Amino acid sequence: MIVSACDLTIGWSRDAILLEHASFVIERGEVFGLLGRSAAGKSTLMRVMIGLEQPIAGHVAIHIDPPADVPAGRPLFGVMFQQGALFGSMTIGENVALPLTRWSKLPPPAIRAIARAKLRLVGLEAAENELPSALSGGMRKRAALARALALEPSLVFLDEPSSGLDPITSAELDRLIHTLARALGLTVVLVTHELGSIDSIVDHCIVLDSESRSIIAEGTPRQLHSDRNPHVQHFFARVPENV
Amino acid sequence: MRFLVGASFSRTREYAALPGLALAPSKPMSTWQIVRADERIELTGELRLLDAPRIWRRLGEAAARPGEQLDLDLHDAQLIDGAIMALLVDLRASLIAQGTRSAILGAPERIQSLVHLYRGDQPPAAAGPPPAQTPPALARFGDAVARALRHARAIVVFAGQLAGALVADVRHINWREVPTLIARAGTDGIPVVLLLDFLVGFVMAYQSTRQLQIYGVSLYVADIVGLSVTRELSPLVTAIIVAGRSGAAYAAELGTMCVSEEVDALRTMGFSPIAYLVAPRTIALAVVTPVLTLLGDVVGVGGGLVVGMTSLGITPHAYINELRTLLELSDVWTGLVKSATFGVAIALIGCRQGLATRGAARAVGRSTTATVVSCLFAIVILDTVWTVIFRGLEL
Repeated sequence: MIVSACDLTIGWSRDAILLEHASFVIERGEVFGLLGRSAAGKSTLMRVMIGLEQPIAGHVAIHIDPPADVPAGRPLFGVMFQQGALFGSMTIGENVALPLTRWSKLPPPAIRAIARAKLRLVGLEAAENELPSALSGGMRKRAALARALALEPSLVFLDEPSSGLDPITSAELDRLIHTLARALGLTVVLVTHELGSIDSIVDHCIVLDSESRSIIAEGTPRQLHSDRNPHVQHFFARVPENV
Repeated sequence: MRFLVGASFSRTREYAALPGLALAPSKPMSTWQIVRADERIELTGELRLLDAPRIWRRLGEAAARPGEQLDLDLHDAQLIDGAIMALLVDLRASLIAQGTRSAILGAPERIQSLVHLYRGDQPPAAAGPPPAQTPPALARFGDAVARALRHARAIVVFAGQLAGALVADVRHINWREVPTLIARAGTDGIPVVLLLDFLVGFVMAYQSTRQLQIYGVSLYVADIVGLSVTRELSPLVTAIIVAGRSGAAYAAELGTMCVSEEVDALRTMGFSPIAYLVAPRTIALAVVTPVLTLLGDVVGVGGGLVVGMTSLGITPHAYINELRTLLELSDVWTGLVKSATFGVAIALIGCRQGLATRGAARAVGRSTTATVVSCLFAIVILDTVWTVIFRGLEL
């Protein structure tokens, strides 16, 4: 396993709990989906997993043993935020190169070569010298993905990569994530509520439920499609529960 | 190492092997070797990003004097991560660009997929467009002048649109917001305006004391301070403060609304941003700036009085009498007229910059800065114009 969560309780405060006593394990090399409706706590769970927020109780552990000479503080995983979070004052190439300038002692030409190769991976080579504001939403997401991969992480967290994208761009991004995950042997933690993404790239997933504040289902997408829990059925059938 | 959020922590050592994985961060150390052999560079062992500086240096040494052919032989490579593959692909491309035939050869199956992913088995991609060159200084100056003229024209057009809205769309002006805007720009700005105008009057008087004492006309300090403060200094200082506070605030506020598509939402709901957002702000500053200037006149003259009493031995009665003898009503109202136009200009520039904001958070900051600079420029230009007009009218 690469991530384990044990008896985890998260939320805004003790009076506003989103998820209680949750335990799960993420295995190496799989695309793991955090599913659920809006406000179920998916993004918050991801923020807890990457250490941006503290759990109210329990703990999450990321089991990565880096080489001995890795400098302290170097990120062990890559993160792609929902809106991309690219720095508007930097070109796309500079955004991707940023982690390398911080954490490697490579000379600038080598860093540029790596950044360019990462952009080539996501099909954005031609946009290297563009500012993020000049790119479409889908391109910004791909650039953010390239930046998340800059330090060769074995684990990446992707927060709703398909949000705000049209179905075709969304499917292209899903395919790209799937290709990179397989080719690079990545473990991907994917926060999403897009059924297309779930069916096409997710290996294993958990479903969060805001009503019961718990994980209501776990398994492969195929297993979850036939899950008997009514909330899960409504989620996969895309049917509102009060209709 | 174990990254931990929450309770206790222990090292984890056992991992499942990943099939075909070129990334294995759990290995403690990597060993590698790069050797030049005739027309090949042989890469051996585990090559990772952590060793990239040394690998990059060694590759550079091995690729010196490449000759007609120089291949990158991965036959004995056990592990290569994406960053190193990127460097190899880059090296191959630069060799080919120099006229040397080069290929990445002999990669084991699990590494070959990475070679393919990074397109190391394809012809090198053509170089992308070069970064834009900085134009020469003269061209930049010309561009800046053209931009300033375009900006001035845009402000005039914007003023015309506002005038149109005030006439034709007066019912749709957001009048309810005007008192709030007046309070925000006026009431909140009073302390700083009073303090600065007082200090300006004080300094003006203080600078004059020595010369006035030499000529024995100390009482004229009231004339100097009275005229300069009411006609010039109070309107200018007040306008500068209003530009820094309200002009910049309007640009940031409207800019953020633009970036977050609130202005677009207004448009889709049938509101005119000019009538709904710009007109109330312009009216507010047109009212507030003269009022603040009037208060500034009083405290500025008061600053002169303090210097007169403490440094020149003038009584308040004599100071005020001198002011009444010299100062005319036109001295005050010309300052107020100037001030009202400063206020309108500040609101127009701030709102126009805000509504022209495109992009992200950085664009909002740029609009705010541009507003303050443009406002200062406009204030001085308007002051000059009004001074010439008032002199022509003998006011």
